[in-house]
Amino acid sequence: MSRETLTVAVWRGAEKGRYQKYEVPRQESQTVLDVITYIQRHIDPSLSYRFACRVGVCGSCAMTVNGSPRWTCRTHVDKVLDDTGQLDVAPLRNLEVIKDLSVDMTDFFDKWAKAKGQFHGSETRHDDFSAVSPDSPQRKVASAGIECIGCGVCYSACDVVAWNKDYLGPAALNRAWTLMNDERDVAGIDRLKAVAGAGGCQACHSQQGCVERCVKHLNPTGAIAGLKRATAIAALKGQLK
Amino acid sequence: MRTAHRDHPNYWAFVVHRVSGVLLALFLPVHFQVLYMGLNDAAQFDKFLTWTHLPIVKAAETVLILILAAHLTGGLRLLAIEFLPWRNGQKTIVSITAGLSLVIALVYLLNAA
Repeated sequence: MSRETLTVAVWRGAEKGRYQKYEVPRQESQTVLDVITYIQRHIDPSLSYRFACRVGVCGSCAMTVNGSPRWTCRTHVDKVLDDTGQLDVAPLRNLEVIKDLSVDMTDFFDKWAKAKGQFHGSETRHDDFSAVSPDSPQRKVASAGIECIGCGVCYSACDVVAWNKDYLGPAALNRAWTLMNDERDVAGIDRLKAVAGAGGCQACHSQQGCVERCVKHLNPTGAIAGLKRATAIAALKGQLK
Repeated sequence: MRTAHRDHPNYWAFVVHRVSGVLLALFLPVHFQVLYMGLNDAAQFDKFLTWTHLPIVKAAETVLILILAAHLTGGLRLLAIEFLPWRNGQKTIVSITAGLSLVIALVYLLNAA
C-alpha cells in the first residue's frame, strides 16, 4: 500500500465468487463503509452492498472485515489494517449471500420469531401505564440487553450457528432473555419452551464470540446462560411439558 | 479464508476443553487395560510399573496430568457460566484456569522427579 492509496480485496459474486482488488484513495478518519462506497460510486457501480444511517444506529452495514464481522460505518480503516496493509471485505458469514456484500437476513430474523421475540402483554390501551422501576434487579437485566440493533455481527461470529443450522443464535436468544425479564410480558413459559428445544439455548458452547464482537458491547452469552438456568428450573418444575 | 473472529481467549479455552476431552477419551481404554492387568496379572503389572519409572514416561504422565487439569478447570469454568450469576472478566477466568492447570502439572512433575 502506498500512503495515498489503499489496496482493498472485495468479495464479488454470491456463494461462489472471488476477491477482486481495488485501489482506493486514502483519507483521514476513513471508515470501511467509506471505502466500499468509494468503490461503488467511482470504480465499479455494479458492486452491491447495504447501508442506511452511516452512524451506527440502523445495523444494516455489517460485513466481514479482515476475517471478523464488524459494523463498517463505525470501523476505521486505521484500526483494522494488518501488517500487510491490505483490507479484505466480504459478506457476513452464516447467512446466504445475495450478491457481493449483501446477505439475506431472512433466517436471522425468522429465528427471532422462533425464539418468541415478540412482546406479549396482558393490558390494553384502556389500562394505565405500567409502573416499572428502572432500579429493580429484573429491569436492570432486561435493560442490559435491549440495545441490540439487529446487525447480525454476533450471528456471523458464532461457530455454533455455522455448525448447527437450527441454532437460534445469540441475537434471538438475547432478545428472548430481555423479554423473560420484562415484568409486563406474560408469554414466559411459551418462550422458554421455544428456546429449550433443539437449536435452543442449550446448543450454545459459551465460546463468547458474540460477546467479543458485539458492536453495542452487549452480552448474549450471559443472556443465554440466564435462559439455560431458567429452562432448567422450569424443566424441574415440569413446566416445559 | 481468514478466521480472525475466533481469535480470542474464550475460543481458545473452548478448543482446549474439546481437544483435552477427546485425548482423555482416547486415554481411558489404556487406563482400564492397566487396571485390568493390575487385578489379573501381578507379574506383568510389576514389569509395567518398572517401565513407568522411565523419564520419558514421567514426562508423558505430566502431559497427561496437564490435559486432565485443563479439562477439569475448563469444565468448572463452564459450569460457573451456566449455573452461577454472570461474572465479568471472563478472560481473567480463562487465565486462572490455564495457570491452575500448569501449577497442578508442575506439582505432579516435582513429586515425580
